[in-house]
Amino acid sequence: MFTAAAIRWAVWPPFYGRQLLRQIIDIGYYSLPVVGLTTLFSGMVLALQSYTGFARFSAEDTVATVVVLSVTRELGPVLAGLMVAGRIGASMAAEIGTMRVTDQIDALDSLSTRPMQYLVAPRIIAGTICLPFLVLIGDIIGVFGGYLVGVYKLGFNPSLYLARTLEYLEFSDVFLGLVKAAVFGFLIALMGCYHGYNSGRGAEGVGLATTNAVVSASILILISNYLVTAVFFGN
Amino acid sequence: MSSTPKIRIDNIKKRFGTNDVLKGISLDIQAQESVCIIGTSGCGKSVTLKCLLGLITPDSGSILVNGVETVGQSRRAREDMLRQFGMTFQFGALFDSLQIWENVTFRLRQRTKLTRQAARDVAADIVTQLGLGAHVIDQYPAELSGGMQKRVALARAIADKPEILLFDEPTSGLDPITGGVIDNLIIDQVKKLGATTLTISHDMASVRRIADKVAMVHKGRIIWFGAVTDMDNTGVPEVDQFVHGEPFGPLTTGNSD
Ligand SMILES: Nc1ncnc2c1ncn2[C@@H]1O[C@H](COP(=O)(O)OP(=O)(O)OP(=O)(O)O)[C@@H](O)[C@H]1O
Ligand SMILES: [Mg+2]
Repeated sequence: MFTAAAIRWAVWPPFYGRQLLRQIIDIGYYSLPVVGLTTLFSGMVLALQSYTGFARFSAEDTVATVVVLSVTRELGPVLAGLMVAGRIGASMAAEIGTMRVTDQIDALDSLSTRPMQYLVAPRIIAGTICLPFLVLIGDIIGVFGGYLVGVYKLGFNPSLYLARTLEYLEFSDVFLGLVKAAVFGFLIALMGCYHGYNSGRGAEGVGLATTNAVVSASILILISNYLVTAVFFGN
Repeated sequence: MSSTPKIRIDNIKKRFGTNDVLKGISLDIQAQESVCIIGTSGCGKSVTLKCLLGLITPDSGSILVNGVETVGQSRRAREDMLRQFGMTFQFGALFDSLQIWENVTFRLRQRTKLTRQAARDVAADIVTQLGLGAHVIDQYPAELSGGMQKRVALARAIADKPEILLFDEPTSGLDPITGGVIDNLIIDQVKKLGATTLTISHDMASVRRIADKVAMVHKGRIIWFGAVTDMDNTGVPEVDQFVHGEPFGPLTTGNSD
């Protein structure tokens, strides 16, 4: 019900451009540091782990490939999704929940503005658009993290490492990651808005809404991650 | 014979779970009348006001505005109806993320294609009428004191000249002097607009200043409705107790059921 209404109002005029812009900056721009750091260190540890693992059957030179495939297909989207769920899902639920509790949503409504259109739609659109961009940047940073460890710690030849990185990488790997990211972005915003919108009364209600938004978004991310992957490999 | 009332609330009931809040509220408000609703905390005053705006749908009963049924009306009809209303909420409900001028002209800008500058001028004009400095229009609600926020909420409610004004505790939490100033602003603006007004208030001094008629809600019903001048000798013990603020009597604090 909420989902259907949210989608309907997202494509229905009037559009609130300034609200959308604000959300895009909030989600896209201000999440960059968190996503960057997460993917950087994940790329680094991945290089280290796969090196020590593959060294046991002398397959060390697959490190670059392992790093780039895991980052683009799995780690980039999932880690970025979870981090953004913590950051954005929580803040959306808190903001909208506070508006609910302090009657701001009722005020919006009584001032002839549909809260679904003014509050929910811009957030959902922004979430769905921004996450793929964040993940794309996260992918690059994650691969770069792997490269740093590969070259400076494990002693790979820089140009060889880069060649290995690109050798087995297909467009569909990156694309799969970005599709996942869009799905995650949608789910994060949806959960943030839903729980905020239906927040219980008082500060306690808002607190609970925030927790629920993060937990449900994280779980949905993990489940949909499996489903999207399964659908992709089904064909 | 009185004409069609501006607002007729007819036997509305509302329960939340097991909490039977409104057990049949009926109230007629004539055009250009100023009615105050009084009653102990939690007796359902705010819920009644929200029913009028369709923010809460009553379980049964009917609400006529200008003789037109508004319970269960279509969304389009409701949007048309809402244009006649201006409301201030108990907790202010100013939009935190918007500056004062955007708050005040919010609906005006949705409805008419006002330029930024024109909207700012309108906002500055209204807030100065309400005794605030024009510079506040560039501030955010959180930067204003409680009394200033109440004035801004008032400014937002009257900005596009509604016919019906609903005020939920416009003077609560203010010192008596600021409260008095707000009352006078309400009286002035209401006169200027020729509006019909429904105000919730706990503040008897304020009720005496702004009301023509007073309705007392108790246990989900209206137990007394009459002219403000008759408020002191109603012969209803609950009203006497409330009006004179006695701690002991038929009214007890806590939830009414
Ligand atoms: N959205 C809601 N969901 C559930 N219960 C509600 C809701 N709104 C109000 N109530 C309940 O209805 C009752 C009346 O609330 P209301 O806000 O109308 O009181 P009030 O008369 O305005 O009191 P006060 O003077 O303290 O503002 C309370 O018991 C409250 O808990
Ligand atoms: Mg109230």
